[in-house]
Amino acid sequence: MELTGLFFYFVSFLTMAGIYAVICLALNIQWGFGGLFNAGIAGFYAIGAYSAAIITSTAASNNVGGLQQPIFVGMAVAAVIAGLVGWGIARLCVSLKSDYLAMATIGIAEIIRLVIVNEEWLTNGSLGVSNIPRPFEGVFKGQTAEIVFVLFVWIIVLLTYFISQRLHKSPWGRVLRAIRDNEDAAESIGKDTHSFRTQTFVIGAIFMALAGALSAHYFKYFSPDATEPILITFLAWVMLIAGGSGNNKGAIAGALVVWAIWSMTEILTGFLPSEWATRSSYMRMLLIGLFLQFVLQRYRSGLLPERAPKLDKLRRS
Amino acid sequence: MIQLENVSKRFGGLTAVHNCSFSIPTGQITGVIGPNGAGKTTVFNMIAGLLQPSSGQIFLDGEDITSLPAHKRQSKGLYRTFQLAHEFSRMTVVENLMVAADSSIGENVFNAIFRPSIFQKQEHAAYDKAMETLRFLEIEKLQDELAGNLSGGQKKLLELGRTLMQTPKVILLDEIGAGVNRSLLSKIAVKIQQLNDDFGYTFCLIEHDLDYVSRLCDEVVVLAQATVLTTGTIEKIKRDERVVEAYFGGGKYEGAHA
Ligand SMILES: Nc1ncnc2c1ncn2[C@@H]1O[C@H](COP(=O)(O)OP(=O)(O)O)[C@@H](O)[C@H]1O
Ligand SMILES: [Mg+2]
Repeated sequence: MELTGLFFYFVSFLTMAGIYAVICLALNIQWGFGGLFNAGIAGFYAIGAYSAAIITSTAASNNVGGLQQPIFVGMAVAAVIAGLVGWGIARLCVSLKSDYLAMATIGIAEIIRLVIVNEEWLTNGSLGVSNIPRPFEGVFKGQTAEIVFVLFVWIIVLLTYFISQRLHKSPWGRVLRAIRDNEDAAESIGKDTHSFRTQTFVIGAIFMALAGALSAHYFKYFSPDATEPILITFLAWVMLIAGGSGNNKGAIAGALVVWAIWSMTEILTGFLPSEWATRSSYMRMLLIGLFLQFVLQRYRSGLLPERAPKLDKLRRS
Repeated sequence: MIQLENVSKRFGGLTAVHNCSFSIPTGQITGVIGPNGAGKTTVFNMIAGLLQPSSGQIFLDGEDITSLPAHKRQSKGLYRTFQLAHEFSRMTVVENLMVAADSSIGENVFNAIFRPSIFQKQEHAAYDKAMETLRFLEIEKLQDELAGNLSGGQKKLLELGRTLMQTPKVILLDEIGAGVNRSLLSKIAVKIQQLNDDFGYTFCLIEHDLDYVSRLCDEVVVLAQATVLTTGTIEKIKRDERVVEAYFGGGKYEGAHA
């Protein structure tokens, strides 16, 4: 039936948008609060996806894997590994000025990608990892499973949002915004800027990895193609900037709106003459770029601009 | 008391500060004057820990703080303002002050996520102190304004306020009067005097306006060409031939003769 088809198209849209929302919230903690220019999002996403895939897959071909661990264990391991890698990277380059940090993180993401492609014993190389389970797979089948999975994704989105809000409202988040606005002044009032930026980087890395794990479970198969920086890093940045950097709701809104447009451009480019087909992905990026231009012309700080946390509770009459 | 002993700072081939020795006595207001490029700000940056001296030592109440990181000096009561406004531009005025309060519990990331209730008391205290400071500086009406939207003078006041949120001992003011209109300038002078009289805060201020310096400062340190030219009371300084030469000879300070 036409209507159910549409409904399940919407479910798959919401699933992907939810996964991007988690990435976007993570980027918002790093950039929106902390001013850390992470241009290597795809690397942490890949770490999360592969960790979860290897830990939970039910069977493996030529690589380590088939460990058949529960999904929650996989996600925990993904978070821990991404946190540790993030911590190591942060120790090395978190005090770099933003443009240098961007370059360093691009480089690191590329290294991670090369490791994934080449270390076949671990990742099965370009063939990818398959047999990745979905949560509650034994209980729900077919279309119900799709709905269960989208709910699972959005529970994680809400959890991430909740934590982001807590961070934003806390003195911790306040220090982070101060460091973003002026690092020297933050030092002068006694803030250990290096330590705060390290924590920020690690927290962001963990949530990016969780998003990666979610997508591995969603696709049930994960290969290096899914970690394209264009698909992950570029889109996440567009989402955050369009949605409203520094605003957690903006991060989610940006993920929904940009993913909707990205999906529509796929339909649009489908109408292109066949000799254009190979160029369609460039066309889509061009359209997304135009969209960002349009949004920023009208809303300079994104659709939902940053707002300082409310202090009402502290005001006494 | 802060003491500098033979402090030097080189930037590549340029010697910005050369063998400087002077002290900032406790409870007093000490002025630092000298032509542009003399090295005044560089000296402040070294006292505050933003720059490491190439050689020499800096003491705070007898303790060697030469290589102590900048952020660890605040807990010793050492605060500073900046020559160019260093406000937290995308935060509100009241947040700019609250962030400088003691929020140690809520600045722990685990407490921030899992136990927000345990830092509410500190938050109330931080807010109250911030409002008290804004009232003292007479800018409480601006509390919800983004700091980036303030005028130059208001930003300077805000930075002064930031130094008052905990218990300062020594406050370094780098050209707090630069770009500030006359009436606000004398208001700032009154506040500095008040803080010095009432709480005994030690001040060290870099200023170009000699009237301002003579109004506020007990002792003056004259920096010229990266070294200490002389120190003493403003009267003594004004009579010093070398100061007149270094300071007024360049013609940079019209109106300073008054
Ligand atoms: N970070 C820096 N790198 C290189 N040179 C610097 C730096 N900071 C200051 N200088 C140089 O050191 C000298 C003293 O500067 P500064 O301390 O700002 O002087 P003042 O505050 O007395 O006007 C100047 O020649 C300035 O160009
Ligand atoms: Mg200066």
